[in-house]
Amino acid sequence: MVVKYLMLVVADGKPSEDPTGDDIVAWVTEMDNRGIRLFGNRVVSPDEATTVQVRDGEVLLTDGPYAETREQMAGFDIIECGDLDQAIEVAARHPMARHGRIEVRPFWRE
Amino acid sequence: MRELLAAVYAEEWGRIVATLIRSTGDWDLAEECAQDAFAQALVRWPVDGVPRRPGAWLTTTARNRALDRLRRDAVEAGKLREVAMSTPEPDPWDEEPDAVPDDRLQLIFTCCHPALSLDARVALTLRSLAGLSTAEIARAFLVPERTMAQRLVRAKNKIRRSAIPFRVPPAHLLPERLEAVLAVVYLLFNEGYAATAGEVLIRGGLSAEAIRLGRVLAALMPDEPEVHGLLALMLLHEARRPARLDAGGDLVPLEEQDRTAWDHPRIEEGLAILDRVLRRRRAGRYQVQAAIAACHASARRAEETDWPQISLLYGQLTRLAPGPVVELNRAVAVAMADGPAAGLALVDALRDDGHLTGYHLLPATRADLLRRLGRREEAVVAYREALSIVGTDAERRYLARRLGELA
Repeated sequence: MVVKYLMLVVADGKPSEDPTGDDIVAWVTEMDNRGIRLFGNRVVSPDEATTVQVRDGEVLLTDGPYAETREQMAGFDIIECGDLDQAIEVAARHPMARHGRIEVRPFWRE
Repeated sequence: MRELLAAVYAEEWGRIVATLIRSTGDWDLAEECAQDAFAQALVRWPVDGVPRRPGAWLTTTARNRALDRLRRDAVEAGKLREVAMSTPEPDPWDEEPDAVPDDRLQLIFTCCHPALSLDARVALTLRSLAGLSTAEIARAFLVPERTMAQRLVRAKNKIRRSAIPFRVPPAHLLPERLEAVLAVVYLLFNEGYAATAGEVLIRGGLSAEAIRLGRVLAALMPDEPEVHGLLALMLLHEARRPARLDAGGDLVPLEEQDRTAWDHPRIEEGLAILDRVLRRRRAGRYQVQAAIAACHASARRAEETDWPQISLLYGQLTRLAPGPVVELNRAVAVAMADGPAAGLALVDALRDDGHLTGYHLLPATRADLLRRLGRREEAVVAYREALSIVGTDAERRYLARRLGELA
């Protein structure tokens, strides 16, 4: 069985510079080569986000994130694993697990 | 017949559910079909007689039921669903009974996976492995049945969607995962043991279930010392149960308990298990705690308790499993071995670092030590503080009695 998981890479509200440097490149290379990582990227900080809502047919825009939190999503990866234990191992080896945290969520299934 | 079935149920439920989960991957289906099999036994056995191997009969019945359900679903879906059951594998029921695989170990490791909350692990273990009903688990943990049902559904959804594996963890994960399993079993035991008047019957059942699970684990993991340590610990504590409450339902402190009322065969069993496992010289927190319980259990009178030995064992325990509650217990042992002043120094250090704020046994212990040192007024203040935060009625009455003696 193969299960797809979304890995949300969360930073601890510090400046958005990458504190881990080349570590992430090594992690990405390894997980790509193992056929585990399907896709992923860093994203810009929430203050550059645009929040979109449609109410009564009208598109409402907000400059900024939908919720103010100290912690912010710094990036994401889509991974494919045999089970949660493998996903945990993959997430635990992501450098940001040591500096921030990684939220692992399986894709929706009935 | 009902009694026989109840005994078979306790023995076989977890095994049947585990086997069905392994072969179908469907927890709800496994439980429903196991339930069905017992319902059928209740109808059939009085008529046909009890089968030679009740467990095998029940497993076969439950499995056939599961196969029927899966086939029907497949037909309804208009296609053959791929189920592990349809792949040819040697039929375990053709083999000797000893060769029937026991899947309960996989089940308990899955139920106690650290990605599940502790509440969820406890509930799942009781439901899937021990076979308690949702209503029974809800009563034991004093939550509405609906809440417990939701907790179980959520946990099973997480296992399925997140693909928490159904297996005994590989060697590199085993130590920490086994610790998580033992923690759940010990928590169950304590939930049943610490409870007092009112809920005694329901909650006492939790201790019995924990011991039963401990025996299953010891049989399935004979090489893990801590599994035997935990079983010995639970047996030695459980042996004291008959003397723990007086006629009025009040807690009787260890030193005042009627030791002839202790369950001595159980003590013997606990001591024998502990002796065997200690000889392997791979100490762990449960073995050390069992060794402490053994010191108490082997003292025929309270005055004969080997407090210096207990105090040493607590020293070892604080290294293996450091924590403020262990340190508080060590303080009590040190007070008995070296005098109340030595114990009080440790308790005061604990009070100063603040980790046990709100824990009634901290002021209660302080109060007892101050009383023994003759510092009456300080003792009264400490008893009052303990009374203001104590949890159960029996403990409240005990503290009130001590306070009354000082006034």
